[in-house]
Formats: sequence, structure tokens, C-alpha cells
Amino acid sequence: MTGFHLVVALLLLLSILLGLVRVVRGPTAADRMLAAQLFGTTGVAVLLLLGRALAVPAFWDVALVFALLAGITGIAFVRRHATPTAPAEGEGPDVRD
Amino acid sequence: MSATDWLSAGFVSAGTVFFVAGTIGLLRFPDVYSRLHALGKADNLGLGLLVIGLAISADRLLDVVHLVLIWLLVLVSSATTSHLIARNALKRGVSPWTRSDR
Repeated sequence: MTGFHLVVALLLLLSILLGLVRVVRGPTAADRMLAAQLFGTTGVAVLLLLGRALAVPAFWDVALVFALLAGITGIAFVRRHATPTAPAEGEGPDVRD
Repeated sequence: MSATDWLSAGFVSAGTVFFVAGTIGLLRFPDVYSRLHALGKADNLGLGLLVIGLAISADRLLDVVHLVLIWLLVLVSSATTSHLIARNALKRGVSPWTRSDR
């Protein structure tokens, strides 16, 4: 079973790599953000499989943190992206789209 | 391999199929809304199947709770961010793809 789980984890890693194409092609910032969401979900799956295959329970805790951070990343993106007229004080140059 | 192992492997494989389908959808679909649909549904269903597969072969009940908790957290965060990204795109005037755009 260990080998099987490792092979599946490798497949999922390849699918993350494929998703990188969407980051390059865009066209909007939201599309690139979607690829980041893909990393979140698939990354959690890879960590769960690795935790089981290598018998390292800590990986599952890392997966929990990943799941949380994926949500926070999305919310931070929308907060930053959704205020085109009134940038907050102390913000650097805008990097929309 | 025991029957439990086979069942577990089946669920994990089915989950992987959904993950790959989600990635293909992300690359192939025409606009941000349909891409959200590929990610938000296919990937979370894939993770759910994978969690079921791993939970079947888990040794302790605590591991099952841990897995289900991770899945629920991913579901909540993914649903929230999908909704926010779609609303943000709509506000910024990204028009949904129609058949005539082909």
C-alpha cells in the first residue's frame, strides 16, 4: 500500500504542475488565484497521502494548516483586489491583473 | 492485500481521477466562472473520496476524526473563497462566457 500511496501522491503532484500553466496564461488575476486554490486542495491531498505512506502523522497537521491558509489566501486576495479606488495607507504600488 | 485494502485503494484512485479532472477543467474551461466550477466541485469531491479511502484503512478512530476534520475545513474554506472570487470577478466586469464567444 505504501508504494501505491506514493504513486498517487506523485500523480497529484503532476496535476499541480499542470495547473501552473493556468498561472502563466492568466488572463485575469482571478484565474491565477484559482491555480493557487488548486495548490491548496491538491496540496492537502498530497500531504494526507505522504503522511500515511511514510507514517509521519505530523504531515496531517501540516495538511490542516494548508487547508486554513488556502482559505486565508483567497480572502486576502479578494480584499486586496476588490478596492481599486481607495488603497489602504502605506501600500506599495498596485499589482492588479 | 485484504478486502479493506482493495476498497481503500479504489476510493483513493477514484479521488485521484476527480483531482485530475479538476485540473483539466481548470486548463480547458473558457472563463473564470466555469473554472471555479471545475475546481470547487471536482477537487473537493476528489479530496472527499481520498479521505474516505484513507479512513477505511485507518488504525485508530482518532485518525478518522482527523481526516474528516481536514476535509470539512477544506470544504468551508473552498466554498468561501470560490464565492468571493466569483463575486469579485463579477464586480470587476468579467462577463460570463456564452456560446457566441466561441
